[in-house]
Amino acid sequence: MIEARGLTKRYGDKLAVDDLTFAVRPGVVTGFLGPNGAGKSTTMRMILGLDVPTRGSVTVNGRPYRDHAAPLREVGALLDARSVHPARSARNHLLALAQTSGIPRSRVDEVVEAVGLASVARKRAGGFSLGMGQRLGIAAALLGDPGTVILDEPVNGLDTEGIRWIRSLLRDLAAEGRTVFVSSHLMSEMAMTAQHLIVIGRGRLIADSGTEELIARAAPGVVRVRSTDPEALAALLRSRDVTVSRDGEGALAVSGLSTDEVGRAAGAAGITLLELTAQQASLEEAFVDMTRDAVEFRAPSQKGAQP
Amino acid sequence: MTTARPATPAPPSVPPSQRVSQARVVRSEWTKLRSQPSTAWSLLVTVVSIVGFGVLYCLLRVARPPDNPASLATFDPTAVSLTGVQLAAIAVGVLGVLLVAGEYATGLIRTSFTAVPRRLPVLWGKAVVFALTTLVVCLPVTVVAFLVGQSILSEKHLDIALGHPGVARAVLGSALYLVAIGLLGLGLGALLRSTAGAVAALLGLLFGPQLLVGLLPASLSDQLYRYLPVPAGAAVANVRPDPVILSPWTGFGLFCCYTGLVLGLAAWRLGRGDA
Repeated sequence: MIEARGLTKRYGDKLAVDDLTFAVRPGVVTGFLGPNGAGKSTTMRMILGLDVPTRGSVTVNGRPYRDHAAPLREVGALLDARSVHPARSARNHLLALAQTSGIPRSRVDEVVEAVGLASVARKRAGGFSLGMGQRLGIAAALLGDPGTVILDEPVNGLDTEGIRWIRSLLRDLAAEGRTVFVSSHLMSEMAMTAQHLIVIGRGRLIADSGTEELIARAAPGVVRVRSTDPEALAALLRSRDVTVSRDGEGALAVSGLSTDEVGRAAGAAGITLLELTAQQASLEEAFVDMTRDAVEFRAPSQKGAQP
Repeated sequence: MTTARPATPAPPSVPPSQRVSQARVVRSEWTKLRSQPSTAWSLLVTVVSIVGFGVLYCLLRVARPPDNPASLATFDPTAVSLTGVQLAAIAVGVLGVLLVAGEYATGLIRTSFTAVPRRLPVLWGKAVVFALTTLVVCLPVTVVAFLVGQSILSEKHLDIALGHPGVARAVLGSALYLVAIGLLGLGLGALLRSTAGAVAALLGLLFGPQLLVGLLPASLSDQLYRYLPVPAGAAVANVRPDPVILSPWTGFGLFCCYTGLVLGLAAWRLGRGDA
């Protein structure tokens, strides 16, 4: 359980994290979503006691991270996969970490095996690919068998197999009753991994809800329908909660109704349907819409560009 | 925990076998020190500097021995055989810088601080491990450099015995001086968090003050010279009484105060604020 209350971080005159209040619960994967520069990493560093909040507070299992007597056994974290001494072997890197909390050598070998680095554990970590670095970082996070796992952009640099591996690992960890908090700037990735989403932009909380609920709200489905009599069908379907628009090819885009509802209505009115398709708005588009006003770095757009 | 928390169960008290302790952090830092090649390289440079330059300078003095009573009176065979210590100081100091600033450069320091969120045990752990390692390496090497140097000097009967008053102290003191320089580098690395900045500051502290004081009028510079870091610290290796510099242990004590001040500032900065 991670609880942030009014968490705020200011660097100079820049507000990196602005009054965030949220809770990350055990048993589900919670995604932490936001564009680059939204304050995700800063928030994670504050959770881990690395950065000191300007205002507000954040606790893990009821107390600030710094107050835990055995932090590695409480929280496992992956912040930056390149945070290793390039000339030190993966195994020695993990061993040094383990020794701070009296974690035995056998556990080091266990996690090395679990993340699939056994064959390169004695090689210099500086020669690792980004994907291998991520695996090493995850090995470090799992070292203390912690009840809470915090991973900053864990799929960065991973190949398809690695991404699948992370997804199932995260779900397994959550299924074991752990608190799993994972950041990403990719909504589509989070939609597949997380059951709950906390979305931030420019340091502010934009959304905090279940993934499906969020998607339904942010990216409502549209039904594409072609019929022999589009005019009549449009008139039939149009109502206060339903919008119907025509696209170029004579098809109708209906929002506010399910495919079942459109099909039944057409059938009752005797209109022949040629095509009836449910279309999900792109998740990335929905995410862009949601965070449009909260993007810090953006290429000048046509309308926004100044001469 | 006296208040019950219905939403979050109070964390179970952690058994001592799982707690972070200073002793455990020392072990961890030992693992880090021995598993990075820069340690071995820096210490090799240290050893070669101490013995190599000692031998070289002794051979030089044998080839050109002091030829008049005045220069014979100021000839210090201990210092001649330990000439390399001043050069080794740079290698040890830079290694000290690297131990902390290197972790800032890679970001490893964040991982270290998530394992040890109280942070200061990491600094003390590094200091203890590094000081002991430096002492264990440097003490035998200064003894060897001294003995080899004296056997070379003995050819022209310029040598001195280890049992001579002040000589054993000078040999031991040279090793301790290297340890203190290493800790100064470590403190600067932790204070400035940048390898380049801390190495520059280290070299500046070791050589800069003498240059500046040299610009002052002689009466003033003679007064100040003895309190500068290197002249104070190197006094511990001085066998012949010299009115310009402090007595051996006073000088070394002052140098340790400088090192302690830097480490204290580093600890102060480390304990608060962002990592």
